Order: sequence, then C-alpha cells, then structure tokens
Amino acid sequence: MKKIEAFIRPEKLDDIKDALAVLHVNGLSISQIMGFGSQKGWKEYIRGSEVEVNFLAKIKIEIVVLDEQLDAVVTSICENARTGEVGDGKIFIYNIEDAIRIRTNERGNDAL
Amino acid sequence: MKLDSGNIAWMLTSSALVLLMTPGLAFFYAGLVKRKNAVNTIMSSVFVMGLASILWVLIGYSLSFSGDIGGIIGNLDWFGLNGVAPDAPGPISTVPNLCFSIFQMMFAIITPALITGAIVERMRFTSLFIFIGVWSIIVYYPLAHMVWGGGFLFDIGALDFAGGDVVHISSGVSALVLALVLGKRKHYGKAAYHPHNVPFVLLGAALLWFGWFGFNAGSAGAADGIAVNAFMTTNTAAAAALLSWMLIEKIHNGKPTLVGASTGLVIGLVAITPGAGFVPIWASIIIGALVSPICYFFITYVKPKLGYDDALDAFGCHGIGGIWGGIATGLFAHSSVNAAVTNNGLFYGEGKLIVSQLIAIGVTIVIAVVGTLIAVGIAKLFTKNIRVSSRDEDTGLDVSEHGEIAYPAFNGMD
Repeated sequence: MKKIEAFIRPEKLDDIKDALAVLHVNGLSISQIMGFGSQKGWKEYIRGSEVEVNFLAKIKIEIVVLDEQLDAVVTSICENARTGEVGDGKIFIYNIEDAIRIRTNERGNDAL
Repeated sequence: MKLDSGNIAWMLTSSALVLLMTPGLAFFYAGLVKRKNAVNTIMSSVFVMGLASILWVLIGYSLSFSGDIGGIIGNLDWFGLNGVAPDAPGPISTVPNLCFSIFQMMFAIITPALITGAIVERMRFTSLFIFIGVWSIIVYYPLAHMVWGGGFLFDIGALDFAGGDVVHISSGVSALVLALVLGKRKHYGKAAYHPHNVPFVLLGAALLWFGWFGFNAGSAGAADGIAVNAFMTTNTAAAAALLSWMLIEKIHNGKPTLVGASTGLVIGLVAITPGAGFVPIWASIIIGALVSPICYFFITYVKPKLGYDDALDAFGCHGIGGIWGGIATGLFAHSSVNAAVTNNGLFYGEGKLIVSQLIAIGVTIVIAVVGTLIAVGIAKLFTKNIRVSSRDEDTGLDVSEHGEIAYPAFNGMD
C-alpha cells in the first residue's frame, strides 16, 4: 500500500476527482491549505495599492492505493493537475505499514 | 393641475427605494453562486448603477419619454436632461419632469442588472459591460417608450402598471437568449446550484421586497389611493408566493428551504408588478399563490428538459413570472380599482384587455430576442470571446476578472 500526497491548484480539483473515479480509487481526502513553492506569491491591488500575497491557497489530496494502482493514479493526477506554469504543485509518495477498516476490523489491502 | 408636494415627496422616496433594489439583487444573486464567483456576480449588478445612470442622463430619458418617432422610440430633445425642469411638470402633471426622470432612471438600472442572473460564473466582464450598454439603448429605451412613453403598446390599451413587460419579461427573455448564446457552465448538469451563502440570498430578497414598495406603489405617480392599493397588493402577492413555494417544497421534498422561500417571495413581487395598481387586493392573493407553482414547474421540469443553463433562473423567475403577471392583469384588472382601466379583465366577462395584454407580451418577447442578439453581436465585435477561458472558469471569475477575492481563507493564513 502506498499513500499519495498531492499538492495541487484548487481549480484542478474537479478534473482530478473525475479522473480518479474512473480508476476506482476508493476514497480520497482533501484539505484546504495555504503554502508556496517556487511560485512564491502574487500581487493584489486594493484601492490602487499593491499588496503582496505570500501564501497561496492550495489543496492537499491524500489517497491510499494498492501498490499496483500507484503508477496509474500518479500519472492521472499529473496529467490533470498540469498547466505547464510554475505553481502546478508536487506529489509525495509514502509506504504504508498497515490499514484497518474500523467497522469490520479488516486489515491490509482488504481495508482499502 | 399644479405640482403637489405630497406627490413629489413620495416619488423621490420611491426612487431611493427602487435604487436599493439593485444592490439587493446583487446579494440575492451572489448568495446563489460559488464563493469563487461572488465578487464578479455582485459587480455585474453594481457596475450597472454607474453605466445605466449616466446613459439615462445623457440619452435614456429623452429616448424613452421625449416626443415620439413612429410609436417606437422618443427623440433627443431632452439630450443630457436639457430642458427637463426640476420645477415644471413632465409626463405626470403633479410632479416635476426631473423628478419623474429620477424615478424612471432607477428602473433603467435594475432591469439590465436582472439579466446578469442567467450568465453568472462564465461571462467576461468586459463583454458584459458592452452588452448591457447596447441592450439599454436598443431594448430598454424603446420598450419604456412603447409602454409608458406614449408609444403604440400604450395606444392599444395594454396595461403594465410597474413594468411587467418593460422590466421583467424583457430582462427574463433577454437573459434566456444570452444564456443560450453563451453556453452552459463547465460542470453544468452535475449540480445546477452551488449557493455559497444562503443568508445572503435572503438579505438580497429582503432588500428587493423593501425596494419593491417604491417600484410598485411609486408607479402610481402620486401619493394617492392607487399607490396605497399597489402597496397592499405588492405585499400580499409576495406573502402568498412565499407561502405557496414553501408548501410545494414541503409536499415535494418534505422540507421547506430558505432559498425556496426567498425565491417565492421574489417571484410573487414579479407577478404582481404589472397589475399592482389595477387589480383588487383579493386578486393579488391568487396571483401570488399561483406564480410559485408555475415557476417551480418551469424551473424543475421544463428547464432540465430543454437543457439550457439559465444559471440563477432569470428567465424562469422574471420571464415566466412576468408573463403570468401580464396575463393575470388581463384577468383581474378592474376600473373600480383604477380609472385608467378602460376594459375590465376576462374574469369580469370582458375579453378586450387580455388580447392587448397578450399582444404586449408578444411584442416584448420579439424585441427582447432581436435586441439581445444584436447587443451580443456588438459585444463580440469589441471583445471577440464573450466567455472566459476554461481555466478561468475553474479558478473563478473573482480572480480572473477582478483580481479580488470575496473571502479570505478561513484558516487565517492570509
């Protein structure tokens, strides 16, 4: 089992969600986060004066998948999250030791 | 008759009430859209307060109410309000010409703003700006002239007390045409509504209700019995429609909603608009109670079948509600309420008025369709794409069109 943690542009969430549904990913969690990578911030204008916005709104997706699903899911996220401009985000992958479905006590792959 | 200070006071007060409807509409609409489009939706009504005011002062009032060219439009004798006196009567003998033009200006502001409900979350702001300017000139001013300014719909005896044809049917039909030209929003069909702030919806509806007393009772043009009648029919129809929408939801879904109650009261106000000063109080209960099932049926069953994306139901509420109101005026208007009613409604056994009403509705629809297509064409000439890019639609129009967001992230990091 692998855990995929993807930091994406908020506007890309709908497309990614649709693409992952096709791959039968059993559930995903998202959080609204603030952050910056190489994109840094942007400039807003309020009553004519420039305001630097350092942290940008991003979305963090967390998914746990079977080992054999990993490549397909990561490829799909990359395709759907990419605009080609700085700020498209990053993906991190972790090993998962175990999983437990609370309702039934199933463990491991069965719990996904 | 000479100028009447009571009438002037009421007309100025009513004008201020009607102006407040436009920011009210902005909140009503904004509450119904996604949070990433809240600023753009509000701006779509707010800029009209600027643009339509200036256009009205320059040419609008003149083209609507000065003279007559072929029953279609007025002339430019009152260009820049030149010769429109603050102390001498105009179209209404007891209030100054300038006072009447102030009152009418507020109608010229709210009407194009109503259209924007159909096109939220996807139209470029620049294109909308040009569209609204052109639409005011080629649709609104001619219609205002034809119905109120002595044009031919006035002559055939069609009754439109406060703007069922001029304001609601014209904006509703134009909204439908513009929504069709623009196309559906990206994820339309999966979820038609994303109200991001339900209390805003009621805040807007409440301001509309408050302002509508000026809209309808002010349309009496005087502080008299007709104004009082219109005030009561307005409140009664809104109340009846509010209740009947709640009842439909209770029966159909088991639970009445605040968005539903707000929608119901607004369409009740729409429906009573053409007849407010012509129909008796009891009729306003029927007009209000029936508008909710009519619009509910249209929005819930007919719209999905036809498949167009009238995002906030500008047509479903103002077009359909306005058409019902125009017909209902032809059913229930009576000369005992207002001496201006020369032919009573069908309900009292006279058929002439309802025919005039149907002609006026038909003419309004034709002008709105043709005028909207021309105005869209002109907007396209200037801005090429009238729709934002797919990515901007995902990001939200607040950032793409205004570089400004309505709400900070709630995690407090900004």
